[in-house]
Parts: sequence; structure tokens; C-alpha cells
Amino acid sequence: MGQTITEKILAKSAGKTSVKPGENIWLNVDVLMTHDVCGPPTIDIWKKEFGADAKIWDKDKLVIFPDHYIFTANKHANRNVELLRKFAKEQDFKNYYDVRTDRYKGVCHIALAEEGFNVPGTVLFGTDSHTCTSGAFGMFATGVGNTDAAFILGTGKIWEKVPQSIKFTFTGKLPPYLTAKDLILTILGDIKTDGATYRAMEFDGEGIFSLNIDERMTLTNMAIEAGGINGIIPADDLTAEYVRVRTDKEFEIFRSDEDAGYFSKYRYNMNTIEPTVAKPHSPDNRDTVKNVEGVKLTKCYIGSCTGGKLTDFEYAAKILFGKEVNVPTFVVPASTQVAKDLEHTEYQGVTLKKIFEDAGCVIAQSSCAACLGGPDDTIGRAVDRDVVISTTNRNYPGRMGSKQSDVYLASALTVAASAVTGVITDPRNFIT
Amino acid sequence: MNKKIIGKAYILGDNIDTDQIIPAEHLVYSMSDTEESKLYGKFALSSVPPKQAGLPNGNIPFIEDGKFDSEFSIIIGGSNFGCGSSREHAPYALQKAGVKAIVAESYARIFYRNSVDGGYLVPIESAERLIDKIKTGDNIEIDFENHTIKNLDNEDDFKILPVGDLMPIVEAGGLFEYARKSGMI
Ligand code: SF4
Repeated sequence: MGQTITEKILAKSAGKTSVKPGENIWLNVDVLMTHDVCGPPTIDIWKKEFGADAKIWDKDKLVIFPDHYIFTANKHANRNVELLRKFAKEQDFKNYYDVRTDRYKGVCHIALAEEGFNVPGTVLFGTDSHTCTSGAFGMFATGVGNTDAAFILGTGKIWEKVPQSIKFTFTGKLPPYLTAKDLILTILGDIKTDGATYRAMEFDGEGIFSLNIDERMTLTNMAIEAGGINGIIPADDLTAEYVRVRTDKEFEIFRSDEDAGYFSKYRYNMNTIEPTVAKPHSPDNRDTVKNVEGVKLTKCYIGSCTGGKLTDFEYAAKILFGKEVNVPTFVVPASTQVAKDLEHTEYQGVTLKKIFEDAGCVIAQSSCAACLGGPDDTIGRAVDRDVVISTTNRNYPGRMGSKQSDVYLASALTVAASAVTGVITDPRNFIT
Repeated sequence: MNKKIIGKAYILGDNIDTDQIIPAEHLVYSMSDTEESKLYGKFALSSVPPKQAGLPNGNIPFIEDGKFDSEFSIIIGGSNFGCGSSREHAPYALQKAGVKAIVAESYARIFYRNSVDGGYLVPIESAERLIDKIKTGDNIEIDFENHTIKNLDNEDDFKILPVGDLMPIVEAGGLFEYARKSGMI
């Protein structure tokens, strides 16, 4: 029997010719990524286990992006960034992107792509559950905790159980009122938050390859919301081109064999999917936007590794152009590169930044910001009984800051349409 | 590892995610400073909505006001326990609060790995759904040799699943201990 793309990449990393689902194998890690929340405790464990004078396993393979709690007066949060800074100096490695310097990037998963760390055929581990985002580049990428990361930091190796794969094939082409976010929310509604636990989510079909890189990343980003170990999209010419302008590394492109074995297979036609939301308090609590139209909002939020990419803001700008928001609306570019792009990218001859300013949005500095609530002074954070519609990825109780708040997850088109009216609104009212 | 764990049960529902276990705003404390790390215990399970906290009746605080640990040392959960973020602070916070074992129908992968590899607590899978069969406050005994969980208050007996091929890591007390024992590091 043939192998899936995930099995092939894992086999290569383990130095084997083939692997089988269920097998526990030791992988050689190509990149380890961490950030300000999980970096300091990872470093603590590593020092405790390998000694105060230990050296990291490979200076070129560790990447650290402070991104979670950046623009805050919280002293503990700032101490964490200070600890990373000290560590970067002490270990003298180059891939540290410090806050308040021109190297600062913002949200790690987007920065990994922009800085050329996402390379087809490789294996990337990160101390963040949305590390699966990088799977959009035809690579194996998954999240781990601090102990596992400390183990990698010292040895370059980690155990993993080879997952079975689930295949999601998309036909058709995205209609103008739909985004990749609607697709992944649809899948979540079908398979639920544990539907892919310990499984690989493989995306395939002409519909998938018609999506740009940002949109592909939205799909793999939310694989973890179904419990998936990884999300993966085989690399094509578009991927190869994106990667080649960002790194000199050689890479190998893997694809699943025709006769590879899958746990299950799903097929969707993009043309028949409707604008979709996840209602409070779970990403799988799916409904159509139509069914919840009219819910009164107190905040709108466009940001995060899921919904704060340039493409998301292009979607939002289409609706916000020449209009004003009716409810406080936060625009949080995931990365500093995206923030720069807002200043140059135009819609109808006007920059996206100007469109958002004119519409009355609050534009915040790049970071994770209110996606995960964060310290009290975090911009856009949900408070009390806020009712929020957001382009982020999780709406469990308290995720955006207040456990009394209601958070709806949706596409940037739906959030922008709702921002204009002040109530949840189907984007087809603005775009047909 | 002890062959038996005895303690008071605290019952939770399905999809208990890592933000409910330890809310993101508390992730800033040091995990190595003995005094400061106690805060993780204090805020463990603090974002579980009150109605779902301590089933079947709810409204039972896991940690009493002003305390840093809990009278409940065994957590019984539904499916997909520990879903959400990769924060190892989640099993760590539960351990800090005095939790010795979790018994759930299923776990999210990263939470399970973190619990085992970090040696914080033993994640046990139950053979059936237990959250409507055991009440918060019941005295429970987990027996690893006989793969059972017993309600000491009424003698009800349930099956748990064997830990399987990760048992060597659980028994060693974590990934590093395991790697040392087996000569990897
Ligand atoms: S933006 Fe949100 S989901 Fe993405 S890494 Fe930051 S906190 Fe996590």
C-alpha cells in the first residue's frame, strides 16, 4: 500500500523508508519554534536537565518570536521577554526577533512563513498548538509542550506516534462572499473538536490549489481545533515560488500516493458552502451566518494567525471601503510585515490602512493581542458580557478575556459586514 | 509510580480546554520560583463556568478563596479533555493544585503528551462515560494493577484502559527520566 504525504515526511525525518500509523518513532527536528509564553519555562527545564552550561543542539534550527504579551505593562509578561533576550545573547543564536527593534515580527506562525522557516518536506515543532499552520507548506508541523521542546533543544529529537490521515477534498472555486475560514468552520461543524484527534488532516483537490498561501494557512491553522496532530497541503508551484524568495534551503516536495490508506475521506464543493460562523462557546458550534443574523454586537475583531493576514484585511477592506463601523472594531495585523502591507496595498485606489481608519477602526500593533485574552491592558480584550465577532480561532469560555462574554468566530468578510451594521450580518448583503 | 491513587473526585464536562484549566492571563508567572509558582495552583480551573464547575450540581469552587490547592485530587472529565492550546502550564497547574490523576473518556493530544512527558499527573482513559455516574466529592480509588476505578462511597466499580506503550515514560516519571534510564541522554 502507498503512503500519505504525512507518513512520507515522518519516515524521512526518522531515517526510515516507510512508517505505519500507530508506530512510535523518533524524529530529527528541522526547526524548533518558541515564544514568550512557553519559551522561558522551556529554557528552565532545558537548563535543569542539561546543566547551566549546556549549549543548544543547533543554533540555526531554533527560532524565537516574542509575540503573545508584547504591548502590556504587566511586569511578569515583560520579564518573560527579558528572559528570552538574555537567553538569545547567552546562546548567541541569530533567529531571535526582539521586541522594540526592527527585527520584531509579531505572531510566530505568520512570521515563520515570512522569514523562510517553512520549507516543504521538513519537520517543524513549536511550543504552540497552532504550529500546525506551517503544514500549508507541505511539511509536518505540530505543537508540543515545554518538556518536549526542552528535549528537542538538547537533543534535536522527539518521539511521535505516526497518525492516520483524514483527507478533505475540495472541488469548485471560492465564491466572492466565501473565504477559507468558512471552509474550515464547515469541516469543524462536521467532524467536531475531537474529530481528528491524533490524526493528520490532509487537504487536497483543485479547490485547495486555487487558494493563495494565506488562505491555505487558514485551513491548516485550525486543524488543531479538530484535535488534529497536523494539517497538511502538498506544495505546488505557488508554494515553491513563495519559499524560494525567502530561503536558499533545498527542499523536497512530497505527495500522497494514489493508493495511500486513510482513516476517512470527505468531499466538499466550495460553490455550495454558505458563510459560516462558530457560535459560543466552541469552534465546532457551527451555524450559517444567515441563521444568527441580527445578534447584537459590542465588539468586532480582525486579527490573529488565523484571520490577521493580508488576505483577511483585503477581504475586510472590500466591505469597509467608504463605510463606517457601528461598533468598536479592532484591526490587528498578525505581523509587522502585514502592518506594512496595509500601508501599500490598495483597494479602489485607497490603501487598506486608510480604508480602516476612515471606517473608524482601531488599528493595533502586531501581536497576538486579544486572540487569547491576555493581561488586563490588552487591546480589544473581551470584558464582562461583551458579544464579539472575531476572525480568531477559539471561542471557549474566557478565551478572549471574559468568561461571561460570547464570542462568534467568522471570516473577515462576515466580521466586516457585521462591523458596519452592528449586528451579525451575512456578507452577501454587501458582496454578491 | 503508586499502584493505587485515592482521593476526592471533582467532576467536569466535555471539551475542558486549556483556557478553562489555566486562563491565558495567568501564564506569566514563573514555573521555577517556588513561591510564585503556587499561583498556578490558585488559578487552576478558574475559567470553568460556575454552572459546570463540580458536576452534577455545579457552583463548587475547585480552589476555595485564599487557597493555593484543592481538596479534590482526582478529576473526572468527559471527552476531549485538555483541548486547545499547547500550554504545559495546564497539567502543571492541576498538579500544583494537588491533582494526582485525571480520568476522562478521551484527551487532546498535546495535553496528554504534556501530562506524561512532563511527569505531572497520570491521564487515564475510562472505558465508559463516568461524569454522570460519579459525583463531585465522592471518594475514589484508582487501581492500576486491576485497571479499575472504584467509588468508595457506594462500591460502584468501573473499568479504565491500560496506559499502553507510553507506560515506560509514565513509570519513569517523565520523558527525561525515561531517556536517562534507557541511555538516550
Ligand atoms: S494569534 Fe492567537 S492563536 Fe495565533 S499564536 Fe497568537 S494567541 Fe495563538
